[in-house]
Amino acid sequence: MLEVKNLHANINGKEILKGINLEIKAGEVHAIMGPNGSGKSTLASVIAGKEDFEVTEGSVVLNGEDLSDFAPEVRAHKGVFLSFQYPIEIPGVTVTNFIKTAINETRKAKGMAELPAKEMLQLIREKADLLEIDRKFLSRSLNEGFSGGEKKRNEIFQMAMLEPQLAILDETDSGLDIDALKVVANGVNKLKSEKNAVLLITHYQRLLDYIVPDFVHVLYNGKIVKSGGKELAYELEEKGYDWLK
Amino acid sequence: MELKEKLVSSFLAFENKGNIDLDSSVHALRLKAIHNFEKDGFPTKRDEEWKYTSLNPLLKYDFSLFPNAEKSVGFKNIEAYLINDIESYTLIFIDGVFSSFMSETTHEDCDVCVLSSALARPKYKMVIDNYLNTITNKNNSLSELNTAFVKEGAFINIPKNTIVPKPIQIINFSTGSEKEVLLQPRNLIVVGENSHVQIIERHQNLSKNTTLTNSVTEIFVHKRAIVDYYKIQNDTNESSLIDSTFISQKQQSVASVNTFSFGGKITRNNLEFYHEGEDITSNLNGISILNDKQHVDNHTLVNHKFPNCESHELYKGIYADKSVGVFNGKVIVQQDAQKTNAFQQNNSILIDDGATINSKPQLEIFADDVKCSHGCTIGQLDESALFYMQSRGIPKKEAKALLLYAFGNDVVEKIKIPQLKALISKLIAKKLNVQLGFEL
Repeated sequence: MLEVKNLHANINGKEILKGINLEIKAGEVHAIMGPNGSGKSTLASVIAGKEDFEVTEGSVVLNGEDLSDFAPEVRAHKGVFLSFQYPIEIPGVTVTNFIKTAINETRKAKGMAELPAKEMLQLIREKADLLEIDRKFLSRSLNEGFSGGEKKRNEIFQMAMLEPQLAILDETDSGLDIDALKVVANGVNKLKSEKNAVLLITHYQRLLDYIVPDFVHVLYNGKIVKSGGKELAYELEEKGYDWLK
Repeated sequence: MELKEKLVSSFLAFENKGNIDLDSSVHALRLKAIHNFEKDGFPTKRDEEWKYTSLNPLLKYDFSLFPNAEKSVGFKNIEAYLINDIESYTLIFIDGVFSSFMSETTHEDCDVCVLSSALARPKYKMVIDNYLNTITNKNNSLSELNTAFVKEGAFINIPKNTIVPKPIQIINFSTGSEKEVLLQPRNLIVVGENSHVQIIERHQNLSKNTTLTNSVTEIFVHKRAIVDYYKIQNDTNESSLIDSTFISQKQQSVASVNTFSFGGKITRNNLEFYHEGEDITSNLNGISILNDKQHVDNHTLVNHKFPNCESHELYKGIYADKSVGVFNGKVIVQQDAQKTNAFQQNNSILIDDGATINSKPQLEIFADDVKCSHGCTIGQLDESALFYMQSRGIPKKEAKALLLYAFGNDVVEKIKIPQLKALISKLIAKKLNVQLGFEL
């Protein structure tokens, strides 16, 4: 599904990604771990198409199609979803209106008609229940005044609504207490299928107890230095990152 | 001949026309005003209050001062500018002349009619003598100019304990029957104790010709009365407006003025609130969305003179291309005005490098037990918010519009007439060149 080939990326002339190779097949869960500043969030942003980064070499290919020239919204339409580490507050736009706009813009891009209001409402309710989100919450301004946990839960709610092929979860576990983590993980697990894939980006092995990865990669200084199965996460938890340097 | 000379020399002819039988007091008002105007002339950028707005581009025109009304204008030409899906009283002026044919006036429970008839009828002499030109700022030479030629405009006189059942729309059209036209409408609005009225005012040029409107409105809000006033400024790029609105409030009254500026060449809003009692609330809201070389200057004054009063001021602006915004918000809290709550906020977004905002909060506080605050922000669209929205599949253009829409939404939310709110939302969407799938 996703092939990242020899990906190099700069920001303000400074090279952050120094040749990343990664292949994710449908139905798989991959985890990327690594110390602070290793380039984890950069990798997520580059796949999602953030324009601040300049791709100097290599490519990101989704279902055989090179995404390099596509704007972030086009990537989203093609099935990429990025759950933000720090979701942005948008005062004046409610959660409901935001997700409605996102869904209908995505449908428009695919040449589909807008989702009828009744079906939209039904879908919103169903997915809100999945994430144990209070209905009242949906009429609040997006992320404004949300707690860390509420923001992350809301990210996964949007993911549930948009049903992406590739979901990249950037430190979705940070700022979550154990109960919220379980709800979020449960949501992600329920959304997982043979047709989609998940890329988890995390510091800690904790999240991986709840969303079990098929592969774990260690990112260090802009490169993947080691890959393995889920047992690699435990090894990292025990030994830290130093032994890989 | 320069415009000032032209105006001054036309004054006698105007006065002698005498097609209405005026009270001598009105003649005295006019005479005094023309002298003041002759002395002060048009303001220049050397005047502190006009530092950021130059009238020079307007003064070069050879304005026709007393245009002939275009007779061929019918309802079909103007209906697009009316809010038609509500019941309302309407006062329609075509090139400064009242069109009784297209208007809907009343004398039943209150007077919703025109100033020319009020000036001519002995019945209204008391009202005219008590109110006309009593709260205008005599240092405002443009307001003096308007007074010198005072003749026509809205006359709204609401007795006490009256809730006007439907909003009043005051619309001034110019038809371009002459190449360059100067219009000077004059509105007098008196709202009695415990009464309530909603008023929508609009100026609209129906042609590509040049129009300058120098409008003055005086509003008297008596005890416990409520006035909601809406100004829609979405005129053509050939049209300029100088609006001076003066409001005098008695105790426990609530007056709100909401100004929506989306168009016009040069728009200057002088908005002044004077308090004449305790427990008064004054609300000043505005949103400007400008592009091209449009220029909007909001100059406001709230003069707190009595204790326990409140003022809430919120002006937002979105400036694209080479447009220019000016905000000058003066709040005076006089020594006796203890326990005043005065809040002022001005937030601006500059979309393009060529756009300008000059924001000047001015607080003069002479009382010691007051709560006053002002906030002023000038920024650009948040790039990280745009990326966030794009990453959810919302294209950049729509994402920008949504952010801007949301930015202005708290001003739109203040509109109490649903049909007007829908119209303003539509105008904003049009101005931002997007369609949103929902109402915020």
